[in-house]
Amino acid sequence: MLQAVSLSCRRGDRRLFSGVNVTVQPGTVLAVVGENGSGKTSFLRMLCNLLAPEEGVVLWHGVDIRRLKELYYAQLTYIGHLNGIKDDLTAMENLLLTGALTGDRPSDTSVRDALEAVGLKQRIHHLPTRVLSQGQKRRVALARLWLSTHPLWLLDEPFTSLDQAATALVTERLRSHLQGGGLAVVVTHHEVALPSEMVQRLRLDG
Amino acid sequence: MSQPGLWETLRGIIWRDLLLAIRRRSDVAISVLFLVIVASLFPLGVGPEPAVLRTIAAGVLWVAALLACLLSLGRVFTADYLDGVLEQMLLIAQPLPVLVAGKVFAHWVVSGLPVVLLSPLLGLQFGLEGEALGMLVLSLLLGTPTLSMIGSIGAALVLGVRGSGLLVALLVLPLYVPVLIFGAGAVTSSMAGIGGEANLSLLGACLVVSVFFAPWATASALRIALE
Repeated sequence: MLQAVSLSCRRGDRRLFSGVNVTVQPGTVLAVVGENGSGKTSFLRMLCNLLAPEEGVVLWHGVDIRRLKELYYAQLTYIGHLNGIKDDLTAMENLLLTGALTGDRPSDTSVRDALEAVGLKQRIHHLPTRVLSQGQKRRVALARLWLSTHPLWLLDEPFTSLDQAATALVTERLRSHLQGGGLAVVVTHHEVALPSEMVQRLRLDG
Repeated sequence: MSQPGLWETLRGIIWRDLLLAIRRRSDVAISVLFLVIVASLFPLGVGPEPAVLRTIAAGVLWVAALLACLLSLGRVFTADYLDGVLEQMLLIAQPLPVLVAGKVFAHWVVSGLPVVLLSPLLGLQFGLEGEALGMLVLSLLLGTPTLSMIGSIGAALVLGVRGSGLLVALLVLPLYVPVLIFGAGAVTSSMAGIGGEANLSLLGACLVVSVFFAPWATASALRIALE
């Protein structure tokens, strides 16, 4: 269970949000919505411990994530608005190397399956990602979700640059993650097409 | 799911950076070529007198190595910062200073080790021979990892700052001074026949201190840069 308690955020002189209280239960996704600049990404980064809140605390199973540190990182998969892949490596290499670092330890076969699951054909697997389109690069980044064994997913605009087919694939993967008892926080401008009992919304007004 | 061990993660970080260096060979070649060109310009400017060249050899070669290292500092974190890989690295379930140490080691292999390997050739160009040549190699072997360690702190501090190339030079060059003095001093002492062991010991001490403190300082700077 992930909890944000009285979270406040200030960037420069501007207060983005204050007193945000929210609890994400296993089997549910928190969709964070709001205008550009309302602090959605800052909120997500606070949940990852990449950004310290001005006030408030983030709890993972009742313990402050700033105390848990590496123990907390071992529970999460984060995909930011940057893809986090290297242009000079192939899609396969990117996923194999990232998986080795995050503890997912994927095999060649599982990486190949993940790339195909996200709609990338085999001839693309061994190309440097620099030659791929924005949408294909995003798919490579999102293929990590098919390899992830972590219970908590934190996703920043996962559907950006994706076509409808890929959006449906990612949504379906999200559904199976939630059905397996996982939880997720998604910052998005798009509607998360999941049953309402699985989705809770948080609007940040900036 | 089982978490990877510390060594496994460290190996992964080092292997990824080395693989990237192999893919971007031109980046590596630039700092090595820079070293060779700078070291080759001095004999042309000062003249071919062997005695003069031998006198300036230690200082010139050490300054050239130091500048070559400085030139490559931008590669340590900038690309990872721009493509989001650094963010991911901060969320790996292992102590960040250890991961930083892995990246700095990879940086040294790519930009420091070639300097060490090339130094006998450059030393010959300045008329160094025998013991002095060996001392040059040894001093660079001990000194260049320290340059990478100290440089990583500067590279992390200026991450995302406009004009970071110049800023990192201003931050880091004063911190390089002791390494330069001890490194060049080791070669000069050896040439004077009094042995460079004392200077080598001091270089070793600098290396030990930097290995223990620089990764922590760099990790803190990275966390601040990504906030």
